[in-house]
Amino acid sequence: MEYFLSEQQKTIRNLVRKIAEERILPVRAELDEREEFPWEIMKALADSDIFRVFVPEEYEGLGGGCLDLCLVVEELSRVCSAVAVSYAAVDLGIIPLMQFGTEEQKRKYLPDVAAGKRLAAFAITESTAGSDASSIKTTAERVKGGYVLNGTKQFITNGGEAELYTVIAMTDKTRGARGASALLVEKGMSGFSFGKKEKKLGIRSSATRELVFQNCFVPEENIIGREGMGFLVAMKLFDKSRPGIGAQAVGLAQGALEAATDYARERVQFGHPIFSLQAVQHMLADMDIQTEAARALVYAAARTVDSGAKEVSEFSAMAKVFASDVAMKVTTDAVQILGGAGYMRDYPVEKMMRDAKITQIYEGTNQVLRNVIAGELRKRKARRD
Amino acid sequence: MNVIVCLKQVPGTTQVKINPQTNTLIRQGIENITNPFDTYALEEGVRLKERYGGKVTAITMGPPQADKMLREAISSGADEAILLSDAAFAGADTLATSYTLSRAITKIGTYDLVICGRQSIDGDTGQVAPELAETLAIPFVAYVSKIEEIDKGQIRVQRMVEEGYEVIEMPLPAVITVVKEINVPRLPSLRGLTKAKSAVIPLWGVQELGADKDRVGLAGSATKVTRIFFPQRVHHGEIFQGSPESQAESLINKLRESRLI
Amino acid sequence: MGIRVDLDKCTGCGNCFPVCPLGLIELVDGKARINEGCTLCGACQAACSFEAILIETAPEVVATSDNHQGIWVFAEQRDGKLKSVNYELLAKGRELADTLKTELCAVCFGHKVGEVEQLIACGADKVYLIDNPALASQPEDLYARELTRLILEHKPEIVLAGATALGRSFIPRVAALLKTGLTADCTELAIDTESRLLLQTLPTFGGNLMATIICQTKRPQMATVRPRVFKQNTPDKTRQGQIIKVDFNKAGVTSKTKLLNFMADLTERVKIEDADIIVSGGRGLGKAENFQLLQELATALGAALGSSRPPVDDGWLPYSHQIGQTGKTVCPRLYIACGISGAVQHLAGMQTSDVIVAINSDPNAPIFEVATYGIVGDLFKVVPLLIAKLKNA
Repeated sequence: MEYFLSEQQKTIRNLVRKIAEERILPVRAELDEREEFPWEIMKALADSDIFRVFVPEEYEGLGGGCLDLCLVVEELSRVCSAVAVSYAAVDLGIIPLMQFGTEEQKRKYLPDVAAGKRLAAFAITESTAGSDASSIKTTAERVKGGYVLNGTKQFITNGGEAELYTVIAMTDKTRGARGASALLVEKGMSGFSFGKKEKKLGIRSSATRELVFQNCFVPEENIIGREGMGFLVAMKLFDKSRPGIGAQAVGLAQGALEAATDYARERVQFGHPIFSLQAVQHMLADMDIQTEAARALVYAAARTVDSGAKEVSEFSAMAKVFASDVAMKVTTDAVQILGGAGYMRDYPVEKMMRDAKITQIYEGTNQVLRNVIAGELRKRKARRD
Repeated sequence: MNVIVCLKQVPGTTQVKINPQTNTLIRQGIENITNPFDTYALEEGVRLKERYGGKVTAITMGPPQADKMLREAISSGADEAILLSDAAFAGADTLATSYTLSRAITKIGTYDLVICGRQSIDGDTGQVAPELAETLAIPFVAYVSKIEEIDKGQIRVQRMVEEGYEVIEMPLPAVITVVKEINVPRLPSLRGLTKAKSAVIPLWGVQELGADKDRVGLAGSATKVTRIFFPQRVHHGEIFQGSPESQAESLINKLRESRLI
Repeated sequence: MGIRVDLDKCTGCGNCFPVCPLGLIELVDGKARINEGCTLCGACQAACSFEAILIETAPEVVATSDNHQGIWVFAEQRDGKLKSVNYELLAKGRELADTLKTELCAVCFGHKVGEVEQLIACGADKVYLIDNPALASQPEDLYARELTRLILEHKPEIVLAGATALGRSFIPRVAALLKTGLTADCTELAIDTESRLLLQTLPTFGGNLMATIICQTKRPQMATVRPRVFKQNTPDKTRQGQIIKVDFNKAGVTSKTKLLNFMADLTERVKIEDADIIVSGGRGLGKAENFQLLQELATALGAALGSSRPPVDDGWLPYSHQIGQTGKTVCPRLYIACGISGAVQHLAGMQTSDVIVAINSDPNAPIFEVATYGIVGDLFKVVPLLIAKLKNA
């Protein structure tokens, strides 16, 4: 379908597609098998300026918006979702800086991220605080010259590999929702270590680790925004980043659709390619419809974010919920179409199905997001323009 | 370090097939590509620039559509590009081609190293680079698999021979050809693609090069093609049928009969 | 000068479109149009029944080859040992010299070069030998200068050399210095008896198309030939000939290139080029470890192990095992190709083998077109059976 992408956007998309097909495709199965962080690919992306896409021009970026990021993530995810999320998580890690940081902070950190020299990550989740983010227990005690962090973050994407971490911690427990702050913590700071690397169902090449803070001193110039803004930072972040997860899901669905279609054309049973069976055709048609609908919704949400609209939570959430549910269904159907072969690790679709599950869970479970959407519905009295 | 890289646009040969009925070439809209060995040459030039500073200039002798290839070179790291194109250049053999390239390189003036790919996939001669070096009267080494160092106006390289490799040192400026073992060419970058789009690529013909028109193109060629034909493959072979057991049995028997084993 | 279509004669029949090797001809307004990039090969002109294609060439200069006589073969050596390609070239050179009724000479540079008489036994009437320590390390610029000097002095009409790393590197420099024509990697050489010209035939487009080249007016006509393309003659020790020692021209010329070191590739147990039997593997092997199976077969046959390009590209074997367009050319008595499809680039390196055996699961693999014996089957089943039968003998 025609999405009226600009020349620049088409250039970005085509280049990422080329990188994905030439550099990621040959190694994706091995990366998944070995659960290895894709450093070589991160380097290739850096060399081709792909990290510059989401950094403003003033800080050596190309000043792309949410849609540009979605195009990159979708093309990466079509080939390997683990690589896509490792890339997208870097953006996640620095959006707070870009939205609320000081000039000095931006100058200090953004150019290296744009060059792909330093990766980033975002950390809010803890063992007792998943959907219930306000239950975080990590504290950031104000001391002379900065803060001392204590606590453990759980399930952090890029944990251990990234150098820059935006961490949400409680600076004032008495103030409840206004008691958290966002801090930029660097790998190597004393008292900051990493816990075990998680063994996951899918996106196995992506590194997921605990962050362990034991009296970790963070200088005061590393606070992002002001004390008390922690949860606001997180909310604003997810509003912007959720279309990206939607794009990750769309890419997955696309890759699965292509694999299933190719297989159905070649696989001969009862003397004909299985594509000639109406049952298979209908499955593929539905997969195609769903994938395109998800893409349209994700792009529309991304454009809305880029338009500077104030209220984007609902659309952002919709894009993520719909696309991730589509990805789960489409990848599962793809395995079904490949039949016995689809169950084998020699074929790419079982990995896609495993990779899809997480998109329904992280950055807001689809259940929580449905609450968000319902909440917006309730608020609205008249029909939207 | 000012590096000049010579590129050639060639047909993507893998798409050339023969129609068995008419015995002619089937062309599915021949796509032109950069000669694969030249992409290694370009990558090496860009790496040298990154290591030692300087700039990379990509040049090619070709028809106007070779402009597209030069822009691709810029998107992959070349700083600038020049297209040598003129109706008079048509029909050139390696002698005329190397003369034309030498004129361009002389016009460019200051350079330290000229890098070429080891051969083109259409002509396969590998002759242009050594002939170019001789025309420029500068040293030459072929089949370079690694540039060890450039220091005090000298370059030290490893170059492949049948029996292994040699380490050779020579003064700059010089010409080298590279093999694909030397590096892995990078993909284009976004900034490179933007640069390539707006780059101004000068077009130099016989006049701009101050070339002797008797030494370019067909006029300057010592060799010419007098006949082309398709290789005859007459199938005389015997295919063994049956189970793997019987196939293996038949083969061994035949080879023993012919006293080959 | 150039090519054009006579629009009055052209009927737009389209016979010329498919013969252009570069695909430059298309139908525009009902007539043929030849786009830019034409190399004036003349295929379209030959295909046109209406004489509508005109090629205008520069005025012909009558060949002044009457003052050039003789056929030369550059004889390559390493560390004083002459290479076998020299004898292959002398065999062909002898044939050409006899046709032209002229003499055949070998030219050799090096230091302490041994058994130079062998060149005479294999067909040379004369050998020009420059033996000097400065030439021991094969400095190509000095080789180029010395050969050029000798050619200018003695004026041979044809010069042949092996298309080896050395040959392909320094012979073009001689051609450039003499401003004469050179054709690389010829697979056939013949004399056109009418014009006395050397007809140089070689594969182009990776082997899909053969071209015959001539060097009409410039002299000498130069050509390089891959090792193992021509066959050697048996040496005749009774042949008479002259060995002429030439002084090395030291005057003010030192080589600009300095050989610092030579690292031999020691992984080959049996040198591929010299092997009588070669067992070779391709992409069909699947992974590096599977070459073990072929090595077993090779050992059972006393053969060398070879490879097409993809396994070398993937790092399964070193480059020294690669056979093909950008690898070695071999001509063993028996070549066994396992899991090799037979792309033209590979065939270029082995199709002159005496007997070719192909084992491949794809019945349409091009390798079967050149195979003497073919087995369409799973090499992982067939090869172990071959090994077993050989061991049981």
